[in-house]
Amino acid sequence: MTALRAGLGLKTEHYDDAARCRADGMWFEVHAENYMVVGGPRRAWLEAIRREHPLSLHGVSLSLAGAEPIDAPTLGALASLVRELEPALVSEHLAWSRFGADYLPDLLPFPRTQATLQRVCEHVAQVQDAIGRPIAIENPSHYLRLEGHELGEVEFLSAIARRTGCSLLLDINNVHVSAVNTGASALDYVDRFPADLVSEIHLAGHRRDGVHGDRLLIDSHDAPVAPVVWELFDRFVDRAGPRPTLIERDAALPAFSVPMQEREAAQRRLATMEEAIA
Amino acid sequence: MSAGMQEFQSSFVKALLGASEPTLPWSRQPGFDVYRNTVLRGAIDALAANVPSVHRLLGDDAFDAAAGAFVRARLPRDGRMVRYGAGLPNFLASFPLVAEIDYLPGVAALDLAWIESHLAADAPRLAPADVFALTAEQLLHGRLVPHPAARWLSFPVPAFTIWRHEREERRLEDALPWRGESALLTRPEGTVVWRAIDAGEMQFLAACANGRSCDDALESVLDAGSGFDLAVSLPRLLQAGAFTRIDGDAS
Repeated sequence: MTALRAGLGLKTEHYDDAARCRADGMWFEVHAENYMVVGGPRRAWLEAIRREHPLSLHGVSLSLAGAEPIDAPTLGALASLVRELEPALVSEHLAWSRFGADYLPDLLPFPRTQATLQRVCEHVAQVQDAIGRPIAIENPSHYLRLEGHELGEVEFLSAIARRTGCSLLLDINNVHVSAVNTGASALDYVDRFPADLVSEIHLAGHRRDGVHGDRLLIDSHDAPVAPVVWELFDRFVDRAGPRPTLIERDAALPAFSVPMQEREAAQRRLATMEEAIA
Repeated sequence: MSAGMQEFQSSFVKALLGASEPTLPWSRQPGFDVYRNTVLRGAIDALAANVPSVHRLLGDDAFDAAAGAFVRARLPRDGRMVRYGAGLPNFLASFPLVAEIDYLPGVAALDLAWIESHLAADAPRLAPADVFALTAEQLLHGRLVPHPAARWLSFPVPAFTIWRHEREERRLEDALPWRGESALLTRPEGTVVWRAIDAGEMQFLAACANGRSCDDALESVLDAGSGFDLAVSLPRLLQAGAFTRIDGDAS
């Protein structure tokens, strides 16, 4: 298979453009939960895209950092999808979203303790066993300064990867948003992130909160990738080398050509780097 | 499981859903509202996507009020949000702000049936020619199996006419006859289509879905007093893609 370079989050509104797209190194990522269906045109569309391009399944609801057990029907549906679609990449978030019998549609934060680390590792191992392959874990956006952390996020993610054999998905927009919202250094985070464990990079846009302005950034995926995020991306790939890089655009959706321009910008950076390495 | 983890997540959920005063230090930070809004907005937006006709009929403000109350009463059960909203028709029938809109539960039920049909398993469609090739005896003793994407519903009010006008972006005539209706949704060529059916066809489909032979299904419809002509209705239902196959008499 051709090496994955820059890809794009696939939205239903862009199916026809995506199916026609023949850009070199192109791949698409979808939210796995949206395709956990037994049949119908939605699955047929995804099959058609998959015949032309590598696919990445990005989960949002497994609640790896949840106190609750992993939801068995969702994990079973993910395993079926992986078996049927043979995606190039599979990923999830370092977050929780289930409590009791309820699902809370968000990526919720938690104090990073040794006990939680143990729990997350058990969940990651369970998922990897169920789908028969390693996954990548993504750093989420943070909006709170929580007390009780025993480990930094970079150390926490590195420990999960070491113990379970999973890889990491570095979302550089999330790094910037979290750094602003919690008063941390994005440069320090990116510089300390373990390059050898990174199998995928996410780039997306954010916006300022309507009330708190620049002090509270929202990971909204409704805008172009910000210049500061591009700078962090350059800094990371300069050190780490090229990695499959995804442009995410989920809201205020423009024509396919608009995120494709950002995808081309990422592609040029990755191609330049590959030439330099060669 | 770690008790600390359980305790933190329990208090986080209570604070998110407004079930307790924001007494914990983090729940008073401005960023906490981002989580609160995202959870509520995410669930409301998923409902809006699943019941678009209800959303358009109510408008943003009334929909957000009704959907927000539903979300607080019944959070999603898992991340497969395309399945979220079962129970919404009954909830709307008793939610004070919209309970007097007597066709709204039916419109919601039709929206949800559309999604179910859209996402149902693929299966061949039993064509009229397949059935016409059978002898009368084979047909009457056979069991017609409804297609996985077929959904049939009936209402005491003209909810189907109102729903289909929303879907087809057509204006309703001023004088809408206020009477009960039945509807059939199918997916014959990959796209969900709909048509009005009569009470007899509705009962016939239900009897077939219960595993009755064509003969038995026919008898139950006629016993119920509904006018029903198999020679007229069966080709209509087959043409719509209501059945996937006919199983032979096992006896």
